[in-house]
Amino acid sequence: MSAVIEFLGQEPYWSFVRLALFLGGVAAFVGLNAAYLVWVERKTAAYVQRRPGPMEVGPQGLIQPIADAVKLLSKQVLVPPGVDGVLFRIAPVLIMTPAMMCFVALPYGSALVPADIDLGLLALFAFASINVMALMLGAWSSRNKFAIISAARVVSQNIAYEIPMLLTIVTIVLMSGSLNLSEIVGKQSGWFWNWNIFQLHHNPLVWLSFLTFYICMLAETNRAPFDMAESESELVAGAFTEYAGMSFGVFFMAEYANIVVGCSLATVLFFGGWNIGLGPLLGSAPAWVGALVGLAAFFAKLYALIFTVIWIRWTFPRTQFYGLLNLSWKILIPVALVTLWLTSFLLKVI
Amino acid sequence: MKKSFKEIVGGAVSLVTGMRITLDQFLKNFRKDHNVPYPHATLPIPDRYRGHIIFTNDEAGQSTCIACKSCEKSCPSDCIVVEGEKKEGAKKKSATIFELDFTKCSLCGSCVEVCPTDALMFSKRYNLASTSKAVYSKIDLIKDLETRMAKQGLRQPAPAQTAPIQPAPVQPTEPQQIPQETPQQ
Repeated sequence: MSAVIEFLGQEPYWSFVRLALFLGGVAAFVGLNAAYLVWVERKTAAYVQRRPGPMEVGPQGLIQPIADAVKLLSKQVLVPPGVDGVLFRIAPVLIMTPAMMCFVALPYGSALVPADIDLGLLALFAFASINVMALMLGAWSSRNKFAIISAARVVSQNIAYEIPMLLTIVTIVLMSGSLNLSEIVGKQSGWFWNWNIFQLHHNPLVWLSFLTFYICMLAETNRAPFDMAESESELVAGAFTEYAGMSFGVFFMAEYANIVVGCSLATVLFFGGWNIGLGPLLGSAPAWVGALVGLAAFFAKLYALIFTVIWIRWTFPRTQFYGLLNLSWKILIPVALVTLWLTSFLLKVI
Repeated sequence: MKKSFKEIVGGAVSLVTGMRITLDQFLKNFRKDHNVPYPHATLPIPDRYRGHIIFTNDEAGQSTCIACKSCEKSCPSDCIVVEGEKKEGAKKKSATIFELDFTKCSLCGSCVEVCPTDALMFSKRYNLASTSKAVYSKIDLIKDLETRMAKQGLRQPAPAQTAPIQPAPVQPTEPQQIPQETPQQ
């Protein structure tokens, strides 16, 4: 056994083992997150409305997601007559792939960075924007008026929200001086006032930047109150109207995967990633303790942000489409521009 | 300019207020129970709840009905049928047939009030559903008392000598948590 480990630990083989481990890990992480975030979502919705939520399958309904997955997997993937067969079948794949690719670039812990890309942030945004195209293709190819209306809304919404989001990112990149995600996290190590969210001397409006980023993230992932893609009260199920079985399930998994990516990004950019904010106190602890604590810190912050996403969904009604565009063009973009200007002024001129 | 700023700030405040309210409701679930998980548990039924009438029982688990037919006469909807006879060795008459047509009953309670021996009371049954009308148009109170007493171990179900032959009505199942039925004050 130890000989095998030693053999695999040697260089050309180790990269392949590492690749296989990270691929399996990312796939499992995406799948489990999608399944259990649905459970969290249903439970939170129920608690906000003072109901017990899923209770029947397993203790507190904990096996419910598995039952749902089995049901979705056992259903037929229907392809209605008149649809564009190729695009219709390819759209779920197209929406899931970039979502999973994003996970590869995320830094989960000091020792857990699947791919430490120099332009990681850029790569993330490149992958994340494909999601809109996939949604549009799926809606267009399904030959359904509700889907097409939904697709038109989603595209204009995503264009509107990509701009303030990228402006905010540029602000943070200015503050950190790097596009490498691990480096951005490394800059925020030490005490918690090194986190970007407390760097008020570089950017006094950093809280507004965070809010802008968070709102744009909600809009980019098509979450309530910006869930124009699936406005079930007006458009049946929006872009997913014609999808059944697991192809519908894949759209759902991609939605949750995108939420996890967005919240991880918020954690990395604003809340110090895997730093617990008490760096100097842990200085004497062995490295593996630090790595584990860091991983726990990352996931604690990540899931707090995800809970807020769900909490927002069950608090606010869906905005009107025009209100949505107004919010972006009239409020978020000016705010993001002012923040960017102020930050570059404080950093480069003074 | 000033107006739109006011709008933004006011909007933000109202958003925060909304989120505080939902969080409040969310957290209340951890402080005390949310609603009763209905099919598995039920709330206690109030004492004055009026289900369809059933027989009360004495210590021996027998009905105190003397087949006086007061209930039958007082019923405004004509939904009670009582027949009785004086059994050998018994001091009083006892009912041999007591049928309630619950499809007609308006739960007015005249029968319970008029009964000279307090032999009738309201049940606390509210989970009433069946696929045939016969289950509720002919509720046999004597049989019902027998099954209830057998469940409590007070009395063995008597051999069906007096009970009329019926096409085996499906008795509605009762939820477990209903408190034991006791005579009304």
